[in-house]
Amino acid sequence: MSAQSLTKTTDIPAVAPVRSRRTLGNRADGQRRIWNGVAAIAALVLVFPIYWMVNTALSENENLFSRTPRFFPFPLSLDSFAGILIDDGFWSALGMSAGVTAVVVVIAVFFGFLAAVAVSRFRFRGGGLIILLVLIVQMIPSEALFISQFRMLDDWHLLNSVGGLSILYIGTIVPFTVWLLRGFIHGIPPELEEAAMVDGCSRFGAFMRVTLPLLGPGIVTASVFSFLQAWNEYTLALVVMTKPSKATLPLWLQTFSSDLSATDWAGIMAGATLISVPVVILFLIVQGRLGAGMMAGAVKG
Amino acid sequence: MTTAPALDAGAAPAAAPRKPVSRRRRRRIREAVLPYLLVAPLILAVVVALGWPLLQQFVMSLQNYGLEQQFGAAPEWVGFANYAQIMTDPSMWIVFVRSVLFCAVSASLSMVIGMLVALLLTKVSAWARIALQVTLLLVWAMPALVTMVIWQWLFDARYGLVNWVLARVGFPDMAAYPWTSTTIGVFTIAALAVIWGSLPLIIFMIYSALTQVPTEVLEAADLDGAGPWKRFREVTLPLITPAVMIVGLLQIVWDLRVFTQIYVLQQAGVSVDETNLLGTYIYRVGIGQGSYGDASALATVVLILTLLLTWRYIAKMFAQQKEATE
Repeated sequence: MSAQSLTKTTDIPAVAPVRSRRTLGNRADGQRRIWNGVAAIAALVLVFPIYWMVNTALSENENLFSRTPRFFPFPLSLDSFAGILIDDGFWSALGMSAGVTAVVVVIAVFFGFLAAVAVSRFRFRGGGLIILLVLIVQMIPSEALFISQFRMLDDWHLLNSVGGLSILYIGTIVPFTVWLLRGFIHGIPPELEEAAMVDGCSRFGAFMRVTLPLLGPGIVTASVFSFLQAWNEYTLALVVMTKPSKATLPLWLQTFSSDLSATDWAGIMAGATLISVPVVILFLIVQGRLGAGMMAGAVKG
Repeated sequence: MTTAPALDAGAAPAAAPRKPVSRRRRRRIREAVLPYLLVAPLILAVVVALGWPLLQQFVMSLQNYGLEQQFGAAPEWVGFANYAQIMTDPSMWIVFVRSVLFCAVSASLSMVIGMLVALLLTKVSAWARIALQVTLLLVWAMPALVTMVIWQWLFDARYGLVNWVLARVGFPDMAAYPWTSTTIGVFTIAALAVIWGSLPLIIFMIYSALTQVPTEVLEAADLDGAGPWKRFREVTLPLITPAVMIVGLLQIVWDLRVFTQIYVLQQAGVSVDETNLLGTYIYRVGIGQGSYGDASALATVVLILTLLLTWRYIAKMFAQQKEATE
């Protein structure tokens, strides 16, 4: 699962430069209007499913179950959201997801931070191997290991527990946070630390006083991405959390929607909206920063 | 694990009784040991969550889990018999061929659409580009499960928007087509969900490669009389090929073993046997039927296949980071 995110994050152009092609001939100017139109249509088509989710969530069910769809959610109704908020399953799943996510974010970022410091600030035998390991691990599909992960947690009596699921998430997310933070640490010149050491700081003190404060954005980014991974993950949660009472949010949404798909689409879409909102907000906040961090470290070097 | 030998090597000289040098020496030893201590938690996390299961899985793939084992008997060693069995099992090959077909269709469609949109991004004004980029970020942020729920609603047989539109544009037979309970319908929805979800990554990566193509070269080609198509084929395409190859490769690896999309759709009542792809097949055989031996053998094959396919990508990233460090 973190494989996806690694590459997902590699090449986001934070703000790409506008390139004038005026010199390629005047016809470009005339054509641009057409292309703008095409782009606007493409954007509408791509965003439509998300709009449809929100539109449905804000509609009343009786309007949905008529033969003609309504493209605007009027009269506005928040009943579906209210319905979700009194659903015990939702709150229990929210608790599970929040628990797993909190454990994973704290530990994955801390472990990742330590290893990132090692690989970017020290030369040691095996350092290259660590990087290779980090890259390979991110390519391992969860489908290729979940059978034996299930058996292992079963042996350890950790199925249906926050701890068990967190162990698996941490193992797959830490390599990603290492890779991410490595890029950020790399972007901070070691000369800054050396200067502090000349002024009498110990190496540790120099790191704590000079590099660490500059790493704030990197740590925020790594935290948010660990959060997204743990919050959105479905496959391993399905394998580990076999009891409905231990469902995480994606598992809850799945059972909720198969139970109610004949009767309450507005409720299902309200649930989907509630799950996505924090994710979308966090994602939009960090994406620019993440692009910059990756560019600084991994991509451009 | 890596830390153990390093600690030993460092600890031996520290025992030397010479006082005057010991402080500086201890410091040097600490410097030598510190990186290993720092990477220890990473190694521990990966070994516990992935390394150990990997080893266990390989062991399980050499064992037989039959009825007796379900009642507590120790598994029986069968060597590579499980591998031989899955390789000669026709139902496995059907799943394999189906996965390859699904992957071929969804990966190539997403690459073609992605490439076209990326090219479009280079041709539009700033406002249109930003609008499209924000849209792509929104799509990108959607959790997979939310995506699946939305697409199921769009394709709902009686009240879904898709059937309503189809009925209006001249396919009245489609007015109540049960997409989620036919094989072809399920694969259509899964492919659409997969393509929609992978477009942002593809477009951003190809677009960022396109912005690296130097304008001067394109202008020079224009002056030399090359038309737009020729400019694209002779100048742009060779320069963006490496990026396209990488995205394409990742797309193939991901689309070969789609799990979430297929599994979720299977819950709606379609025939599981007719819709299994590699990921869901392993799940059914292993966790559904308890045939851990077969499932582990198959999972091991999928893992090896994935690593073989992505090896070039891994090597490239590794080389890039090495370059960056030196």
